[in-house]
This record gives sequence, C-alpha cells and structure tokens, in this order.
Amino acid sequence: MNFSESFRTALRALAANKLRAILTMLGIVIGVGAVVALMAVGRGATAAITSQVQGIGANLISIFGGRFRQGGQPTIGVVYYQDYEALHKGLKNVAGIAPEADQNGTITYGKESLTSQVTATTPDFAKVRAYEVERGRFITEADRAHKARVVVLGAQTAKDLFGGLSPIGRTLKINGIGFEVVGLLKSKGSSGGFGNADQIIIVPLETGYAKLAGANSVRNGKLLLSSISLSAASAEVVDEVMVQAERILRRQHKLKLTDDLDFSVLSQSQFLSALSTITTTLTLFLGFIGVISLVVGGIGVMNIMLVSVTERTKEIGLRKAVGAKQRAIMLQFLIETLVLTFIGGVLGTLLGWGISQLVSLTGQLQPQVDIATIATAFTVTAVVGLLSGLYPAFRASRLRPIEALRYE
Amino acid sequence: MIEIDNITKIYKLGDTEVRALDGVSLKINKGEMVAIMGPSGSGKSTLMAILGCLDVPTSGGYRLDDEKVEGLNDNQLADIRNRKIGFVFQQFNLLARTTALDNVMLPLTYGGVRGKERRERTEEALQKVGLGDRMHHRPNELSGGQQQRVAIARALVNSPSIVLADEPTGALDSKTGAEIIGLFQQLHRDLGQTVIFVSHDPFIARHTERVIRLADGLIVGDEKIEHPIKAGTPRPSEMALAEEAHK
Repeated sequence: MNFSESFRTALRALAANKLRAILTMLGIVIGVGAVVALMAVGRGATAAITSQVQGIGANLISIFGGRFRQGGQPTIGVVYYQDYEALHKGLKNVAGIAPEADQNGTITYGKESLTSQVTATTPDFAKVRAYEVERGRFITEADRAHKARVVVLGAQTAKDLFGGLSPIGRTLKINGIGFEVVGLLKSKGSSGGFGNADQIIIVPLETGYAKLAGANSVRNGKLLLSSISLSAASAEVVDEVMVQAERILRRQHKLKLTDDLDFSVLSQSQFLSALSTITTTLTLFLGFIGVISLVVGGIGVMNIMLVSVTERTKEIGLRKAVGAKQRAIMLQFLIETLVLTFIGGVLGTLLGWGISQLVSLTGQLQPQVDIATIATAFTVTAVVGLLSGLYPAFRASRLRPIEALRYE
Repeated sequence: MIEIDNITKIYKLGDTEVRALDGVSLKINKGEMVAIMGPSGSGKSTLMAILGCLDVPTSGGYRLDDEKVEGLNDNQLADIRNRKIGFVFQQFNLLARTTALDNVMLPLTYGGVRGKERRERTEEALQKVGLGDRMHHRPNELSGGQQQRVAIARALVNSPSIVLADEPTGALDSKTGAEIIGLFQQLHRDLGQTVIFVSHDPFIARHTERVIRLADGLIVGDEKIEHPIKAGTPRPSEMALAEEAHK
C-alpha cells in the first residue's frame, strides 16, 4: 500500500460519504472564516481610527498663549504675529507653519445663516492641518497681499450654507461683508478629536485682521494670534522642534530663565500615546476574540472528527480484516483529515474574506484580511483536526480486528 | 491446511475469567467444507476469530499452510489475513456507498495488486458469484442476497486458502439463504475452495461434509457427513433436526 494508493483510498472514502465530509468541513469553514473575518474587521477598525487621528495633521505642534499649570493658577499670555515670524525664520526641520487668528462671525448666504469661528491664516495651513482642496483653490500669498475678500469652506460648512449647490464663485457675507468663495475642502470624514474638521471657514490672515477683527487684533501695538500650528518634518524630530520653538519664543517674550513660560507648546505625542494605548487594547481584545473563535472552531472540529472517525471503527475493523496494516489505516485517515482541513481552510478563508467585503460595503471601515491570521487559523484548525481525527483512528487501528468489527 | 493445537482463549470480565476456548485441537485439510456448530456461548465465534487471525489465542499453537501463526505481530497477521483468508460475515460488512467493484477490490488494494490485474481479478470474482452485471451498484442498490454475494466475491478475490463464513445466512430469508449456501457448495465443488461455516443452525451445518460441534469451549463432536444436504432442499421440521442431532 503506497502513498498514491492511500490517497486514492482516502478520496474514495470521502466521496463515499459526501454529507459526512461536508459537515466535517463545515466546522472548519466556520472556525477559520470567523477568525479571519473578525481579525480583518478589527484591523480595519484600528486602521480607520489611526488614519482619522493622523488626518488632524501629521506631527502637528500647536503653540498658543497662556499655560496651564497643575495645581496652580494658569499663566495668562498671548502669541503675536511677530512670534510667528521669528519661528518661521528660526525653526529647522519644519514642514509647514501657519499662524491662526480666529474670530467668531455670522455667516449668511441668502436665507441661510450660521454663527461660526472664522480662521484667518496663511496658505501653509492646508499642509499643516492636512486639508486637501476638493474644488477651486486654497488661499494664496497674493490673497494675503491684497487683503482679498475670499473664503475657503470646509465640506460640512459648504453643505450647511449652499445645500447641493456648488459654492465656488458665489458670494457669502461674514458679519455683513461680502466674501467670494474660491475653494471647497475635501471632507476628512467624521474625524474624532477636536470638533468637526469639516466645519471650517478660512480667510487670508491679513483680510481677517483688516476686515473682521479690527481693533481687537492689536495689543501693545502688535498683531495678535490665536495660535500657531506647525508640522515637524518627521515624527522623530517633533521633540527637537518643540525645544527649538520654546527657546525662540522665550527670547521673543523676553523671559528670564527663572520666569514661568506664558505660552504653551503642545504636540500630538501625548495624544498619540493615548491612541496607541487604545489601539493596543483593541488589538488585544480582537486577538482574544480570535482565540475564542479558534477554540470554539477547534472544539467543533474536534467533536465532529472524534464522532465521525469513532463511528467508522467497524469500517476500520473490516479494512484490517481484509489485510490493511496499521500504517495503511493511519495514512488513509491522515490524508482524509488533511484534505478536509485544507479544503475547509480555503473555503473558510474565502468566507472570512467575503464577510470582510460585506462589512466594507457599509462604508464605515475597510477590513484588512491578514495573511498571518489566515495562516494561524489554518494551522490551528488543521492541527486540531488532525489530532482529533487521528486519535480515534489510531485507537481503532490498534484494536484487534475482531473487536473493531464488533464495535457498535 | 489448518492445524490448531490445544488452543485456549480466556477473557477477563472484571474479576471473573471466561474460558471461551478451553483447549481445542483441530485439523482441517485443504479442500474440506466444514461447519463449526454450537449454541451461543459455546466458543464458536471465538474459534472463528482465531482461525481467521482476527484475534490471538491466550495459549496454544496454530499452523496455517505449515506457517506458524502464533506469536506474529499485528502487521504480520494483517498480511496472513490478506493472503490466506477470506471472510464472509452475517451482516455482510460492505463499505457503504461504495460500488461492488470497489468493495471487492479492497483486499487486492491492501495486498499491493495494481492496475489491470487488480481490475481483472475483481471482475472475475464478481462474475464467479453471479454479479457480473451489478459491478457498479452500491450496497443500498442491492438485495441482501446480492450484498452477501459481493462479500463472497471479496472473500474469494485474493484466492485465499480458506473462506470463513460466520452465519452467512443469518441475515437472509430462507430462500436467499439457500442460494448463498448453494453458491458456497458450488465454489467448493468447482474450485476446491476450503470453506468453514460457523453456525448455530444444524440444518445449515448439514450442508457441509463435516460438522464439528462445540460446547463450553470444548469440541464435543466431529462428524463426517456422507450425504450433505443439497442447497434448496426444504427445511425439515425442528423435531426431525433435533432427532438427527441426537443420533
């Protein structure tokens, strides 16, 4: 009895009882499918959260006036346009830097009216905050120079004001002053974090100072800013850029070494570390679910293998009676089990993939089917299937044929 | 040729020992048609299992065709069964949902016979039992008698030294049973096949040429039958059989 003969015998035995074979396989299909789908959805969720957070702006550093101190009075302070200029000139390893002067304004278009924060800033803002233009253009240096009355709208704001109409080229009013809409930003999705990133109204910095803020924008003869946003060239240099920024601002604000800072330099790093805790927890949680589904799937496979092979003790007895050696019996059941677990594993992977595709149709997240998960699910079910199939086969193959034949 | 010498078989059931065979010696020549008879519990099934190498005796010697069988390991016994013994069981023991051809082929497959030879020998065996036109039928498409014929073909396919039939008519009606016995008689007569019947039924046993009676694990009778009953003869009344048994 050589291998190819055993292979044919095993296939013949499987074909002889298709229902039993299919039911056995079903356990494996569901076990593998559940694990693959769960893990894919989990990884998709993790990726979605991470990308949304990064959508706020990569390696973002925020600088604003004042400083909170733990267990003490907050220090009051402001940042000026001159601070921005100093930083712009002095900082290295910066991908972009944008000053922001925020004002609250009443925006009207026809009968639609809303109150919102209006951000006066520079062209770098798009890069620093990771905005992309959907239609039209972003504000330009020329807009700044001409104090142009132009406005760029976030996706949500545009929808609120214009409904389905294209906003480009239309004129809306901010505090009664007409502004031409020149650009529409791409939606960032319902980004978590600080408010809705799509509810934003952007005007050129100088236009904001001249037309909207008026006298409020000047203190001690200097132009005020709400904050300065900058993005470090890479994640590795974030800390270094923060130290540089602090040094430059300390000099700008003429602070002595012993003085408390009257400004804050914050990065996303705290936020990112919190995020990584969340995603780690999520991954662990999913891994846990995966392990449980594997165990459940494995027990299913074990059950059906034990039952279906034990049920065949009589068949094993007959095969031995007509001259099958132990090795031939074991080889047959090994091949049968391998064929079942392999086909079941492939079908289970397809099932898991199919479920992932269905989930992605909801548009909420993009599940990621992962080779390592497939391999693990596959291996575990195959090993469990093999052991639980071979154990009763081994036991039966060692019985005296007469005992196996009499087995009921 | 079968020679067993002082065979014992002891089963342990909890604390009690059951002596299923208690020192049985026996010689069956090539070409004989023999019935081993006895009531249930007499040890006849145990004797059949040992003769068929399906079980090993607790003690005693066994030579099959001058080959020593006692002391062989599991795989060697499988080899002996494959080459020298054909089995026919009461419940047929065919592989379900498997064609007659594949069922009969099984011993050849395990014996390492391949390809055309295997196919030809399988078909030949099926023709011998009159199922040349049913080769591709599965057991559930065959009558009880036909299933037992498939089992007989499977027993014959390896040209064994002995065919062991354990109550081969036990699951069949009397007419079909008679046909099966007729088939055995024919195989014995035409091919000189050694056949050993195991049965509790004196009527069935009288179809053979020699009846060995067992009781309580011992041989209590060994009788030559000069005129075996021809298969198909109506069964005499139970009384007549009982009388016959006491002669």
